[in-house]
Amino acid sequence: MSKRFLMAGMALALTLAACTASGGNKVEVFSWWTAGGEADGLAAMVKVFEAKYPQYTFENAAVAGGAGTNARAVLATRLSQNDPPSSWQGHAGQELIGTYVAADKIQPLDSLYDSEGWKSVMPAGLIDLISQGGHIWSVPVNIHRANVMWYVPATLTAAGVTPPKTWAEFLTTAATLKSKGITPLAMGEQWTSMHLFETVMIGSLGADGWKALWDGTGDWTSSDVTDALNTFKQVLSYTNADSSTLAWDKAADLVISGDAAFTIMGDWAEGYFKSKNMEPKTGFAWAPAPGTDGIFDFLSDSFVLPVNAKNPDGATAWLKVAGSKEGQDAFNPLKGSIPARSDGDRSLYDVYLTSAMDDWKSDTVVGSLTHGVVANDAWKAKIDTALGLFLADKDVAAFQTALAAACTSDGACK
Amino acid sequence: MGSLRSRWVAVAMLSPSILAVAIFVYGFIGWSARVSLSEWRGLNPDYAWAGLQNFINLFGDRRFQIDMRNTLVFTSFFVIGAVAVGLGLAILLDRHIRGEGIFRSVFLFPLAISLIVTGVAWRWMMNPATGDRVSGLNLLLGGIGLGPLQWHTTDPPWGMAFVALPAVWQMSGFTMALFLGGLRAIPEELKEAARVDGATEFQIYRRVIIPLLRPVLLSALIILGHLSLKVFDLIVALSGKDIRLDVPAIYMWTTTFDANNYAQGAAIGIVLLVSVAVLVVPYLWWSLRTEAEL
Repeated sequence: MSKRFLMAGMALALTLAACTASGGNKVEVFSWWTAGGEADGLAAMVKVFEAKYPQYTFENAAVAGGAGTNARAVLATRLSQNDPPSSWQGHAGQELIGTYVAADKIQPLDSLYDSEGWKSVMPAGLIDLISQGGHIWSVPVNIHRANVMWYVPATLTAAGVTPPKTWAEFLTTAATLKSKGITPLAMGEQWTSMHLFETVMIGSLGADGWKALWDGTGDWTSSDVTDALNTFKQVLSYTNADSSTLAWDKAADLVISGDAAFTIMGDWAEGYFKSKNMEPKTGFAWAPAPGTDGIFDFLSDSFVLPVNAKNPDGATAWLKVAGSKEGQDAFNPLKGSIPARSDGDRSLYDVYLTSAMDDWKSDTVVGSLTHGVVANDAWKAKIDTALGLFLADKDVAAFQTALAAACTSDGACK
Repeated sequence: MGSLRSRWVAVAMLSPSILAVAIFVYGFIGWSARVSLSEWRGLNPDYAWAGLQNFINLFGDRRFQIDMRNTLVFTSFFVIGAVAVGLGLAILLDRHIRGEGIFRSVFLFPLAISLIVTGVAWRWMMNPATGDRVSGLNLLLGGIGLGPLQWHTTDPPWGMAFVALPAVWQMSGFTMALFLGGLRAIPEELKEAARVDGATEFQIYRRVIIPLLRPVLLSALIILGHLSLKVFDLIVALSGKDIRLDVPAIYMWTTTFDANNYAQGAAIGIVLLVSVAVLVVPYLWWSLRTEAEL
């Protein structure tokens, strides 16, 4: 009896071994793109890959879960077992660098950038933010813009206001809207308040002031930061009372229904407005968040090359497609984002996306906090806690102290 | 000979589960304890000795203090609520009413639902939106002229008390079943004797029945208490990661998986384990001792 058990066990072990060892030409790509435009975009890029490199088989190892919470936990487990996929998706910038470069899990891609000529087609501001220690660490596939303010023109016309250009102007406009019974700004659960926090900070401190906070040259205790935090506190007082119970799209619904005038959200909101059969520019419209005209607060999904990749040639081939004009123009129109390259085919993109492509070329590029560009995970988690406490007690001094402490304990002020 | 052999068979049959429990429960508890005393941050394990530093950081951490306060508020409202409602239902059902089986099933059904589902459903019911977006229970309250409640978004710490509401809804059927079993085990003669002595029904409950339910009450307190210390899924489903409703289990999750701070996360886990043990171990010791006495 025990012998039979043993045999069965051995057979099982052999099958498992065969499963993991098979397919030297397999390229296993890990992502959290499992639904909607993201999954369609991935499929379109895979088609480009299979046409260009027929010798490899693509294996989709996507794990469901918004913004990759589940996927990242699964990936951490696989990496701890030294079983990395051929390549994986991650938010470009410190979220990747702070976690995977610090743990020696991914390789620099400088030579790939040179051989493919990507440095000349991607903005220098972008290259800076995805580099650390003089090396580039990932291949950005798409670009989203975080600092966009969305509104319905009819609501503003009825209330007799125009989209504010600065945060000071916003506060006056908000007072008018509030007196007419309209919620000035629709906000959702806690991460959307971090999203709002970063746009208020950028709008108040300017691109250089914002950048300085993240490279260690800026001072978190300065009076400029205090002023910006006070502005943020005032802006929060003009948001909907039930914000903590709403997802970002439910907050956008408030703008659609006319209950609220504005919402500040990344440009994935455009797809949501369009899905409600609203016409860009007439049904819904957009402007840079107050004080951020000429600044492009970006976030990006990117792919990496792991150390000890099982099929490094196949993985490199995937990265070449991910960075190519063809690959990016296949992926982005479906995902609703713009290519990281500045030479995308404009005819493939809609009216919002082409305007974003123009801004991407001309604007100053800064990185998003909420979406992983400027702060590593530990630092961001500390900021998230400080922000959560601030949302509850609205104590600006305590918030600023906690932000400065976070920079010292886990951030660039170490 | 035969009994020796059957004893060996018993040991052989038990050993896989003993081994599994030894590794997957006690082994991992030991490993977590070791990690909580280390400096492990980031993806790569780092077992450098940190002593009690992680625990010292934790107890000085404002967020963890809020977590402890929230747990206390939640536990009080949840345990008292579930025991009171469960006991009330059990006493009513014990009157041998018609269709008792149906009522019993109805009250027990919430227990079959996962806490995630409960959380999502109550997120809608306790929707704090005002104006023409009012919905859920506030719609009912508005119908009878009562003002809209803020529910779980009430200012801390009382928002946490509302989180106990769905938990009470879910678990009071379970305490009802416990108490009903206890009530049915009380011999009819005792009640008869009290009635003969001229006791009122209220006095019978107050002086005879409820004191006899004390062992059941203790079991209920232990089971509910350790559940409420570990509460996680209900709150995540109800409010995401809203810090005003934060509890140690959620903080453990964000510390470990969002911030990659494995040592600190393990420290929170150990604090949770110890607080549950403080509750459960004396109970186990007590029940083992009474079993030995029988």
